[in-house]
Amino acid sequence: MSRMQTGQKVTFRILRGEGDSLKEVDYHVEAETGWVVLDAVLNIQATQAPDLSVRWNCKAAKCGSCSAEVNGKPRLMCKTRLDDIDTSQPVVVHPIKSFPHVKDLVADVKWNYEVNKRITPFTPAKDADFTYYQEDVDRVQEFRKCIECFLCQNVCHILRNHEAHSRFAGPRFFVRVAGLEMHPMDTADRTQFLDQEAGVFLCNITKCCTHVCPEDIHITDNAIIPLKERVIDRKYDPLQWLVRKVTGKK
Amino acid sequence: MSHPVTLGKQGFFATLRKDAWWVEPALVAGILTAFGLYSTISAVLLRTKFEVGPYLSPFYEPLLTPNWWPFSPAILILWAPLGFRATCYYYRGAYYKAFFLNPPACSVTGYTNKNFRGETKFPFTIMNLHRFLLIFALALNVFLWIGAIKSFRYEGEWGIGLGSVILTANAFLLMMYSFSCHSLRHIVGGRLDCFSCHRTQKATWDKVSGWNESHKQWAWMSLFSVAIADIYIRLVAHGIISDPNTWSTPLRVIH
Amino acid sequence: MAEYQTHEYDVIVIGAGGAGLRAAIESSAMGAKTALVCKSLLGKAHTVMAEGGMAAALANVDKADNWQTHFRDTVLGGKYMGNWRMQQLHAQESPERALELERWGAVFDRTPEGKINQRAFGGHTWKRLAHVGDRTGLEMIRTLQDKGVHQGIDVFMECTIVELLKDSGRVVGAFGYWRETGKFVVFKAKAVVMATGGIGKMFRVTSNSWEYTADGHALALRAGAELIDMEFVQFHPTGMVWPPGVKGILVTEAVRGEGGLLKNSQGERFMERYDPKRMELSTRDQVAKAIYTEVKEGRGTPHGGVWLDISHKDAEYIKKKLPSMYHQFKDLADVDITTSPMEIGPTMHYIMGGIRVVPESGAATVPGLFACGECSGGMHGGNRLGGNSLSDLLVFGKRAGEGAALFARDNGAHVGFDDAQIKRTEQDVLRPFESRASHTPYDLHFELQDLMQDNVGIMRTGDDLKTAIAVFPAFNEKLRGARVEGSRMFNPGWHLAWDMVNMLLIAEVVARAALQREESRGAHTRLDFPKTDSGGYWETVNSCATYEDGRVGMGLIPKPVMPAELKALVDATA
Repeated sequence: MSRMQTGQKVTFRILRGEGDSLKEVDYHVEAETGWVVLDAVLNIQATQAPDLSVRWNCKAAKCGSCSAEVNGKPRLMCKTRLDDIDTSQPVVVHPIKSFPHVKDLVADVKWNYEVNKRITPFTPAKDADFTYYQEDVDRVQEFRKCIECFLCQNVCHILRNHEAHSRFAGPRFFVRVAGLEMHPMDTADRTQFLDQEAGVFLCNITKCCTHVCPEDIHITDNAIIPLKERVIDRKYDPLQWLVRKVTGKK
Repeated sequence: MSHPVTLGKQGFFATLRKDAWWVEPALVAGILTAFGLYSTISAVLLRTKFEVGPYLSPFYEPLLTPNWWPFSPAILILWAPLGFRATCYYYRGAYYKAFFLNPPACSVTGYTNKNFRGETKFPFTIMNLHRFLLIFALALNVFLWIGAIKSFRYEGEWGIGLGSVILTANAFLLMMYSFSCHSLRHIVGGRLDCFSCHRTQKATWDKVSGWNESHKQWAWMSLFSVAIADIYIRLVAHGIISDPNTWSTPLRVIH
Repeated sequence: MAEYQTHEYDVIVIGAGGAGLRAAIESSAMGAKTALVCKSLLGKAHTVMAEGGMAAALANVDKADNWQTHFRDTVLGGKYMGNWRMQQLHAQESPERALELERWGAVFDRTPEGKINQRAFGGHTWKRLAHVGDRTGLEMIRTLQDKGVHQGIDVFMECTIVELLKDSGRVVGAFGYWRETGKFVVFKAKAVVMATGGIGKMFRVTSNSWEYTADGHALALRAGAELIDMEFVQFHPTGMVWPPGVKGILVTEAVRGEGGLLKNSQGERFMERYDPKRMELSTRDQVAKAIYTEVKEGRGTPHGGVWLDISHKDAEYIKKKLPSMYHQFKDLADVDITTSPMEIGPTMHYIMGGIRVVPESGAATVPGLFACGECSGGMHGGNRLGGNSLSDLLVFGKRAGEGAALFARDNGAHVGFDDAQIKRTEQDVLRPFESRASHTPYDLHFELQDLMQDNVGIMRTGDDLKTAIAVFPAFNEKLRGARVEGSRMFNPGWHLAWDMVNMLLIAEVVARAALQREESRGAHTRLDFPKTDSGGYWETVNSCATYEDGRVGMGLIPKPVMPAELKALVDATA
C-alpha cells in the first residue's frame, strides 16, 4: 500500500469510557512516515487525551501488551502500520473482547493467569540427563515463542461468544500445554486435564486463533489438533487401548 | 464471567470488521451444497452410465456389485470418503462457519450458547473417529490408483486418453489429501515426544507435516477433481462429448 | 492503617523481570512468605525484550572457556570500574544458573552434541551466550514466571509502588496504588527487594519501555540507600533509526555475533579504524562511539545512522537465528535483512550504575532493603558486556532473594509504620489532580528527554552537564504544578506525573555523577576530558550519590581492591 507521508491527517475513532458509559471518540492526528497505530494512540494520549488508558510496553512486538481490535481485526497496535490499513476512513480502535472491560482500551485479562496456574508445570524425571537435540525441540520452541498477547483468546468464539471461561482454557493455554507435553524431558501427563478441565473438545477448529497470532504460531495445526489426537489416543481409540493393555505401557 | 464491550450492533453478524468477511463462508457453503447435491444425484439416483471404456467414475471405485444390494453400488463406497471429509479437521472448521454460523467468520458474532458443548457430545463425538475413516480413505487411494493405471489399458491395448489423465490427477490429489491428514501426521510421529530417539518416524513426520501445511488446498483440489472426473465420465458415457484418446476401438459403456 | 488495603509478607519483591522473579523464587523456596509487585502484567517486564543471550562459561562450544576468562572479560569490559567480588560471583555462578533454568523448562538452542548452544558476542573471548534464537529474554521470563506461580508466590500486577516505608531507620514495607482503580495499597514486609530495572525513559532515543522510569533508583535513594556509578549510561550501538516511529528500538548484538558487518555510507568497515582486532565484536561503548563519530564526520546514512549488514549470510540461516530481527525490519521498516542492510544508530539501553549492595546478599546500605538486576550497581562498572545482563539477573536475583529471606527470618517481627510518611506521600501523589496549569506531565517528559539526550547523552562536556543541572530546580517546580485530567482509574497521565518525580531525581544524579568524573571511561565520554585515566586516580574511585533533606549529595568512594590472585588473572592476558 502507499506510504504514509508525514503530516497526513488521519482520524482515529477510539472507544472511551468505562462501565456502561462507553462512546467512540474521534481524534484527528497528523501522522508521520512509518507510524503504527500505537504511535497514533500515544500521540493522542500525549496531546489530546492525557487520561486515555492503553497498555503497552516494548513497542516492538515482543511483549504482547498492546492488543486491540483495529477496524474489527485483533492486532498488536505496535505492529499495525498505518500504511497497511485504510486511513481514508476513520480508523476504529476498540479494546480486546472476551474479557471484562476496565476502561478505554484496557481489558481485565487476569483470568488468563488463573488458567495458567492450573496447568501441571514442567516435570522432568529426577536426575534426568538434559542431553537433547535441536530436532527434539524445534516443535516446542515454536510454542515458546508465544508472547501472551491474548489475541487468540480474544478472537476465540468459545470465549468471545459462548463465554465458556469456566470450562475452556483457550488457544493460548493449549499452546502452553503443547510446549510441555511435547518436551522430550517432561514426564507429566496432561491428557485428563485437556479433556476434562481445559475443554480441548469444545474447540471446533475454526482457526481464528491461528490467523491472529502475531508470532505466527500455527496454533490449530501444531498445538490444538495434535493435543486432541493425543487425548483421542486415550479416550476414543480402542486399538491404542488394547496395545496399552497388552504392552503394559502408558 | 466476561462482560464484552457492548457498543453498536450486537447479535447475529455483529462485527467491526470492514472487509468482506462473508465471502469465504458463503463460497464454502455454496460449493459444499453443490457438491452434496451433485454427488447424491450422481451416485444415488443416476445408477447407470458411470463406467465407459477403461474409465470408472471415482464415486464407484472399487466397483462392488453384490446381488443382495438393491441400491446404487456407489453407496457401498461413498460413506468412507464422505465420512473422511465430514470429520476432516479442515472441513470441520470451514463448515462450522458456513453452515452452523459458529462463528460465521472470525470476530463476527454468530450462534451463541453459554452451554456450548462443542464436540464433547454425540453426534459430534464422531468427529474423533477421523483416524479410522483415514484407514478406509487410504485403502480407497490404493483402488483409485489401480483404477487410474487401468484407465491406460483398453481392449488389451495400452494407450492414453483425456480420461486417463483426469483419473490419474484425481488419484494423485486424493492421495495427497489423505497424506496431508492431521490424524496421519499424529500417527506417523506426532504422538512421540522424543524425535531423536525415532529418526525414521521423525523423517516421515517431517514429510507429512510439510504436506499438512497445504491440507486445505489438497482438500479443495481433490473435491473438485472427483466431481470433474465423475462429470467427465458421465458426459462421455452419454455420448455428449467424446474422449480424445489413442485407442483404435471406440469407448463402450460398461455400466 | 485501616483506610488502606494492607498486605503483610515476609519479603516483597518490587519488579517482575528476570531479577525480581528469580529473587521471589529463591525467597519463597527458603520458606519466606513472598509477594511480587509489578507495574505491568506479569511477563511483560523489560527482560522479555532481551534478545541475544545469557553469558555463562558453560564451555559447550568453545571448550577452553572457564569462569576465569569470563571474569577477565567482564573486568576489562567494565573498564576496571566494576566491583570485583560481584564480577567473580557472576562468572562463577552463571553456568549453574543457566543449567538450573534449563531444568525448570527453558528450551535453549542446542549444539550437535545435544547441549545448550552458545554464540559469540562483543567483548567475550569465547562463544559464551546461551540463547534461544533472538528471543532469549522471553524464554527466561516465561520459564521463571511459570516456576514462580507454581511455587506459590503471590503476584500483584499493575501496581505501582510510589515510596518505600521506613521506621526507625529500617525499610518496613512499601506504599503504592493500583493502576486500574487508583486506590492506594500498603505492603508490610520484613524485607524489600528492589528489582525495578532501569532509567531509559528519561532519554529521547532509547530501547527501553515506558516502565523504565528510574523507580527503584529513586525510591531507594529517598529511603537512604546509596547509588554508585550513575555516570555510566550504556548507549547500545545498534538501535533502529528509521522510520521515526521505531527510532531507538533495539537491534540485537546477535546480528554482529552471527557475522553482521558495520559499514559507513562509503561502504568502509569503519571498525578497522577503532578496534582492528575485535572489529564489530568490540565492546558496546567502543562501537557506539565509533558510529557516533562516523555520523558526526559525515559518513552516515540518509537518516543519520550507519549500515549493519548480515545479507551475505544464507537467508534461511538468518531467519532461523534472528527471526525476530527479520520480522521487526520487515514489519516496521519494509526492509528484508536477508537481502538489504539495516540502518542503525546508538540508542540508550542500560544503566550500569545503581543501588550500592553487598555482593553476596544484595543488601543495600539501608537495613531491610535489597536490590538486584539493573537497578543495582557495581556488577558492570563502566560498561556492560552484552549477555552479562541476563546472567546478572539470575545470579544476583537468587542472592538477593536469599539475602532478603534470611534477613526476614532474623528480624522476625513486623515493625510499625510512620503514618505521617504515608499521608504525606498520598498528598504528593494526588497533588496533580488539583493543578490548573496548562502543561501536562507529557509535556515535561518530552522536555526532560530532550534535555538529557542533548546534554547528558553519549558525548558529554562540563558545560552541557552544568546547563542540565542548572535547569533541574525549576523543572521540579514546574512538575509540582503539572496538570492531570480525568479520574484515578487507569489514568496514564497521572501515572506519568509520579514517574516523572522519580526520573527527575535520577536525571540529576546522572548529570552530577557525569560532571564529577573528569575523564572518559567506558560508556562515560567527556569531550573536555577525552583521556582515560588508566591506572590513575579515577580508576580507584566510584561515584556515590546520597539524598538528604531533599537534596542530592554527590561524592566518591574508594573502589574495593581486587585480591592479588584475581588481579593476576586479569593482568596475565590483558
